[in-house]
Amino acid sequence: MVYDPFKHASSDRTLSAPPSAFDYMKDKVFRSFAYCCALAIILLVTYIVFELGSQALPAIKTYGLGFVTGTTWDANQREFGVLPEIWGTLYSSLIALAIGGVLGVGIAIFLTQSFVHAKLELVFRTIIELLAAIPSVVYGLWGIYVLIPLLRPVAQWFYETLGWFPFFGTELSGPGLAPASLVLAIMILPTVAAISADAFQRIPYKVKEAAYGMGATKWEVILKVMLPTASSGILAGLVLGFGRALGETMALAMLIGNVNNISLSLFAPANTLASLLASTFPEAGEIEVQALMYAALVLLAITFIVNIAGLAVQQYAMRKFEGKK
Amino acid sequence: MSEITQQLPPVVEFPSLEKDSFDIRAIKNSTLTLMVWGIAIMASIPLFSVIFMLISEGGSRIDIEALTEIPPAGFETGGGFGNAIIGTFVMVGIASLISIPFGIMAALHLAILDPNSKLTTISRFLAKVLTGFPSILAGVFVYAVIVITTGTYSAWAGGVALAVLMLPTVTLAAEEAMRQVPQRMKDAAYGMGCTRTQVIMQVVLPTGLPGILTGVILAVAGAAGESAPLLFTALFSNYYMAELAEPTASLSILIYNFSGMPFDNQIELAWAASLVLVVLVLFFNILARVVGRSKFKE
Repeated sequence: MVYDPFKHASSDRTLSAPPSAFDYMKDKVFRSFAYCCALAIILLVTYIVFELGSQALPAIKTYGLGFVTGTTWDANQREFGVLPEIWGTLYSSLIALAIGGVLGVGIAIFLTQSFVHAKLELVFRTIIELLAAIPSVVYGLWGIYVLIPLLRPVAQWFYETLGWFPFFGTELSGPGLAPASLVLAIMILPTVAAISADAFQRIPYKVKEAAYGMGATKWEVILKVMLPTASSGILAGLVLGFGRALGETMALAMLIGNVNNISLSLFAPANTLASLLASTFPEAGEIEVQALMYAALVLLAITFIVNIAGLAVQQYAMRKFEGKK
Repeated sequence: MSEITQQLPPVVEFPSLEKDSFDIRAIKNSTLTLMVWGIAIMASIPLFSVIFMLISEGGSRIDIEALTEIPPAGFETGGGFGNAIIGTFVMVGIASLISIPFGIMAALHLAILDPNSKLTTISRFLAKVLTGFPSILAGVFVYAVIVITTGTYSAWAGGVALAVLMLPTVTLAAEEAMRQVPQRMKDAAYGMGCTRTQVIMQVVLPTGLPGILTGVILAVAGAAGESAPLLFTALFSNYYMAELAEPTASLSILIYNFSGMPFDNQIELAWAASLVLVVLVLFFNILARVVGRSKFKE
């Protein structure tokens, strides 16, 4: 049997046919549906802001801006203020950023500047990515039964020898800022590492080659050429990591102690906006729920500002090498 | 001849080109290398510590009873978290049913149908903003929208709260995957007279599938581990669920509730439930890695 292409091409059951009117209609419906879905994301964000705003409106009217500067949270006295929570949120996130940032950038350098064989690099990369996959509650549980007992003697030593220093001014009685911030640092480390590693990988290879060609050592290249060049990408990673830390809830609710307290001490219990919501919302009465909605709105505002700033820096960093490779 | 010898350059002492390990620059170099090694190993410790604790503390409690019984009350011994496993699966299922079709359709618009319009730019930006949205606020939002309106905590509300968190992850990952589909493949299909829907269905979705699946699986894994949005949308329940419109148990809330209890039995169960949850989440993560080996990565 000889294959006869004409027989197939001229068959009336050929596959190629112009789209029918039905196809065009299907196309139109499908595309409008996709359009609606893209629009829905915008509507969802607007609706979230609107809904939280309108739920918080009674509390905003009653407490005004004093809510942000008040320091007591007492449902019986109907006195609500979130300054300790704002302080705790920012303070714990900043400590976490300091630790997680250094580690994250270090890991980004380790993973991108060919310190180890590519296979081992993949192993470490996977470990860091899996670090991000562990659920927040599990970190909380781990913090309670592993980290806090581990930190106690260390904290005691610091308190006894350096107690005059405000950072170590109190004893670690159990939950507190230090274990919470450490867990938070572990949780934001993968974010910082991933975005910084991406920034390093964006740098054209010739930049590195030029520096090596002038006789620089590996670390002179990294510190004097790669780090400054990737700095905007690293900054984006740090800001976005900070944004993650601000909104983290469960591990903090389990580890920070939930005490309304403004203290510089790393070992004192504190509270954050997110853990205030987690711990008081389920049992709150109507008035307190309104105040909590206000607190949620404050948290929303802080995280949105930080995230938008981070995304803007990231966008800038990504454009830096476009077309220069 | 003597003129030429005069023109020869003076003899220069060349520095040694051998690497001197005790040179200050070399010492600095190796110290810093040691430091990043230290950092990399230090950062890996928590993962192994968590996994070790889960296996040593929770492993002994994993048996048929723990996986099927309902949670014990205060001083009771035994018990398990069967209802929480079912609850987690149901709510993640609801969230997936809502967010995956929605996310993929939105991604189609962002990546293929209209990649440069104003709507797309805003939508993509807001999706990125939403990935950094605190998960507890999704709970607060759904509490205000669904729990207050329907008057009850429910699996529905929990599922919707998780869907809000999954949506941006699915959308952005699917968009990224669809962008990887080579333009020439789409052009070939257009050139044959396909409508855009046909191009999407026959070319873009099948070729982008591994990447899309990775994003979807990672979003599912993330949702399974979330607890903050369920705290006051699904609440918790000590019994197996009978319908979707009642408070529903989930693994993560069970861990949260039991971790603070002064009873050894509950704490052991919290570890066992954590082990189940982490195995589930890591399984999804590894699955995502296996599926996600896209053909078009350079």
